[in-house]
Amino acid sequence: MHDVSSDPAVHHHTAPTGFLRKWVFSLDHKVIGKQYFALALVSVFIGMVLSWLMRLHLAWPAWPIPLVDKLSAVGAPAGVMTPEYYLSLLTMHGTIMVFFVLTNAPFAAFGNYFLPIQIGAEDMAFPRFNMMSFWTTFVAWLFMMAAFFVADGPPISGWTAYAPLSAVGGDAGPGLAMGQNLWAISIAVFCIASLLGALNFISTTLDLRTKGMSLARMPFCSWAWFVTSVIALLAFAVLLPACILLILDRTAGTSFFIPGGLVLSDKLQPHSGGSPLLWQHLFWFFGHPEVYIAILPSIGIVATILPVFARKPLLGPRAVIGSMIAIGFLSYMVWGHHMFVSGMNPFSADLFSVPTLIITIPATILTLLLIGTVYGAKMRFTSAALFCLGFISVFISGGISGFFLAQPSLDTILHATYFVVAHFHFVMAVASIFGVFAGTYFWFPKMTGRMMNETMGKWHFWLTFIGVYMIFMPMHYLGLAGNVRRYSAFVDDYAISLIPVHKFITIAALLTGAAQLIFLFNLIWSRFRGAVASENPWEATSLEWSTSSPPPFDNFGGRHMVVYNGPNEYGIDGPQDYIMQTSPEKAPSR
Amino acid sequence: MATTTLPPGANIVIDDRGSGSPPKITPRPGHVTASGSHAEKSETGVWIAVAAISMFFAAFTSSMIVRQGVTPDWLHFQLPRVMYLSTLVLLASSYTLELARRRFATASVATDATSAAAKSLVSNGMYWMYVTGALGLLFVLGQLLAWHNLRAQGLYLATNPSSSFFYVFTATHGIHLLGGVCGVFYVLTRLRKTNGVARQSGFGAFSIYWHFMDILWVYLLLLLVSRF
Repeated sequence: MHDVSSDPAVHHHTAPTGFLRKWVFSLDHKVIGKQYFALALVSVFIGMVLSWLMRLHLAWPAWPIPLVDKLSAVGAPAGVMTPEYYLSLLTMHGTIMVFFVLTNAPFAAFGNYFLPIQIGAEDMAFPRFNMMSFWTTFVAWLFMMAAFFVADGPPISGWTAYAPLSAVGGDAGPGLAMGQNLWAISIAVFCIASLLGALNFISTTLDLRTKGMSLARMPFCSWAWFVTSVIALLAFAVLLPACILLILDRTAGTSFFIPGGLVLSDKLQPHSGGSPLLWQHLFWFFGHPEVYIAILPSIGIVATILPVFARKPLLGPRAVIGSMIAIGFLSYMVWGHHMFVSGMNPFSADLFSVPTLIITIPATILTLLLIGTVYGAKMRFTSAALFCLGFISVFISGGISGFFLAQPSLDTILHATYFVVAHFHFVMAVASIFGVFAGTYFWFPKMTGRMMNETMGKWHFWLTFIGVYMIFMPMHYLGLAGNVRRYSAFVDDYAISLIPVHKFITIAALLTGAAQLIFLFNLIWSRFRGAVASENPWEATSLEWSTSSPPPFDNFGGRHMVVYNGPNEYGIDGPQDYIMQTSPEKAPSR
Repeated sequence: MATTTLPPGANIVIDDRGSGSPPKITPRPGHVTASGSHAEKSETGVWIAVAAISMFFAAFTSSMIVRQGVTPDWLHFQLPRVMYLSTLVLLASSYTLELARRRFATASVATDATSAAAKSLVSNGMYWMYVTGALGLLFVLGQLLAWHNLRAQGLYLATNPSSSFFYVFTATHGIHLLGGVCGVFYVLTRLRKTNGVARQSGFGAFSIYWHFMDILWVYLLLLLVSRF
C-alpha cells in the first residue's frame, strides 16, 4: 500500500480550457482516440474511392472516368488511366487501408479511447507520448497524401514496396522517384508513431490497472489491445530499420536490396550485390504480424460485444485469451508463407507452411467459441450484434481459403491470382472493418452521449454484408480460373471471358461503397439528433459502462474504481441478468 | 470475494497495482489517486523501449549477416583503433552512473532528507551524472573520429556493404546514445525539482537505458570485430 498523495511527481488531472489543448494537441486519451478515428474515417473513404477507380477500369478499361485526369493528367490522359497509374492507385489503396485504416481504427482509435477506461485508469501511462504518437501518425499521413501531388505521382511498387523496383529510383518507372521517397519516409514516420503508441498501451496495461483489475479480469478487447501492442512493438521495430535501409539505397547509393547489373531505361544502375529477398524477409517479418495487428483488436471487440447481446457469458474466456496470445506468438514464425513464389529455398517453404497451418488451430478455437457463445442464446439483434455475427461469417469465409494458401504446392498456383485478393480482403480487411463497425455502433453512445440510429444501422449492415460477399466471393472463382492480380486490364487475352465477372464485382463494389454513406450519415446525424444515451444502454458489465456517457475528463469524475468481478458475468438468474465489474455482488459459481 | 462498500465520496488510499486479490481499503484523509507513481511507469516504459530497440538492432544485424552471405563482395577492413578507446570510455560512463546511483540510494534512506549530509550526497551524485553525460559525449566524439578515419581510407557509406553497415550501426547507436545524453539533463532537472528524490526523477529508468546502450554497443562492436 502506498500513499502517493504527497508525491509531487504525480500529475493531477484538470481539464484544459484552451481550444488547442482541448481539441488539437490534447493529452486526453479520449480526444486522441477520436482523432485517430477521424483520421481512419477520412482515410477509409479515400481508400474506397481508389478501389472504385480501379474496379471501374478493370471492368470497362476504355471508359474515361470523370475527374481522374484532374488527379493526374499524365497518369490518366482524358480520364483513361495508364497501366502504371493503375499500379499507383493499387499501391496507395493498399498502403492507406493497411496502415491508416486497419492499424488506426480498431487498435489506435478504440484502444486509445477505451483501454484506460476499461482498466479503470485516468489516462494513458504517458499522455505526452500519446499525443506525439497521433501527431506523428498525422505527419506520416501528410507525407503519404503528398505522393498524389508530386510530379511523377504515387509509387507503383505496391503496399509491400518490393525491391529492387522500390529501391532503384525514377529510372524504373513513374512514381519511383519522389513518390516512392515520400512513401518510404511516411512509413518510417508511421513506424515511430506506432512504436510510441505500443509502448503506451503496454505500460498502461501493466501499470495502471485499478484495484481488483487483475489481468484475468480485463475485458477481452483490452486483452486484444494488449497482445496487439506487444506484436506492434516488435513488428514496427523491424519495419523501421528496413525503411532506413530502403531510403539509403534510394538516396545514398548503397546496395542493400539492389542486385548488380540492372539496366533500366538504358542506364546501368550503379549498384551491385544487394538482395531483393532481404527486403521481402524484413518486410514480411513485419507484414505478417501486421495482419494480426489489424485483426486481433476486432476479434477482441467481437468477443466483448457478442456476450452483451447474446446475454450469455463468452464461452471459454481463458481459451479465448490463450488463443489470442498463441496467435500473437505464432505470427512471428510464418512470414515466409508470403514468399513461397519469391525464389527462396523451397525447403524453407515447408518450414513456414507448418506453423502457418498450426495458426489455424487457435483461430479455429476462437471462432468455435464465438459460435458456441451464440448457440442457444436469445440474441438482441442490434446493429452492433449483427456486425459481430457478420464478423464471424467473413472471418470463416476468409480463413478457409487460408488452409489452401498455407500449402506451398497450392499457393504456387494461386499466389499471383485473385484467389489471394479474395482471401486477404475477407479475413483481414472486411473482418477487421466489421469489428470496427460493431465497435462504432456499440461505443458511439459512450463516446458521444447519443445512440446511433438502429434502422439505418441495420440497412447498413445488410447492404454491406451482402455486398462484400458479392465482391469477394466471385474473386475465388476468378483466381481458380487463372485470373492474375495486379494487372490493370484484361483485354484480348485468355481472361477476356471472365470480364462479365469483373463487371459484376465492380457494380457490387460501387453499391457496397455507396451503402457506406448510410453509415457516414448515421454517424453525423446521430451525433446531433440521436436519442440521448444512458450510462449503460446495452446492459454491459465493463468499466466504461460505470461512468457517464460521455465520460468526464478524468474518466470517473474523481472516483477510484474497485473491481470485484470479471467482465463475463452475463445470464445471471435474478432481476438483473448481469453483474457489473464494479459491483461488489458475488458472481455465482458456474 | 470482498463485499466492502464505501460511503459515497469517502477518501480512500488504494494500492494501484492490479493483483486480483480482494481490495484492501483504508479510509484516510487527503487526496488520492489511482495512478501509479512516475518512477514505476517510466521504468516499465524503458524496459519496453529496450525490447523495441533490441528488435531494431536485431533487424539491422541479421540484415548484415544475410547481406554478407548473399554476395561475395564483402570488403574486410581494419576497424579504427579509436573505437576500442571510446568503448572503454562508454564502459567507464556506466561505472560513473553506478557511483551516482549509490549516492542517491544512500541519500534516500537518510532519516532526514534535508540534512547537510544528505544534500551533499545528492549533489555529489549529480556531479557523477554530469561526468556520465560528458563521457557519453566523449564516446560520440570517438565515433566521429572513427568515421573520419574511415573516410581518410576512402571508405564511404556507399563504398561497400561492409562500410554501409558500419556507418548505419554507429549512426543509429549514436543517435540512441545522444537521446540518453538528453536523458541526463532531463533527470538532473527533475532532481532539482524534487529536491533530490531519485525515485521520482526517472533516474531508475534512465540508468536502465544507459546501461543498455553500453551492452548494445559491446554487442555491435563484437559483431563488427568478428565480421570485418
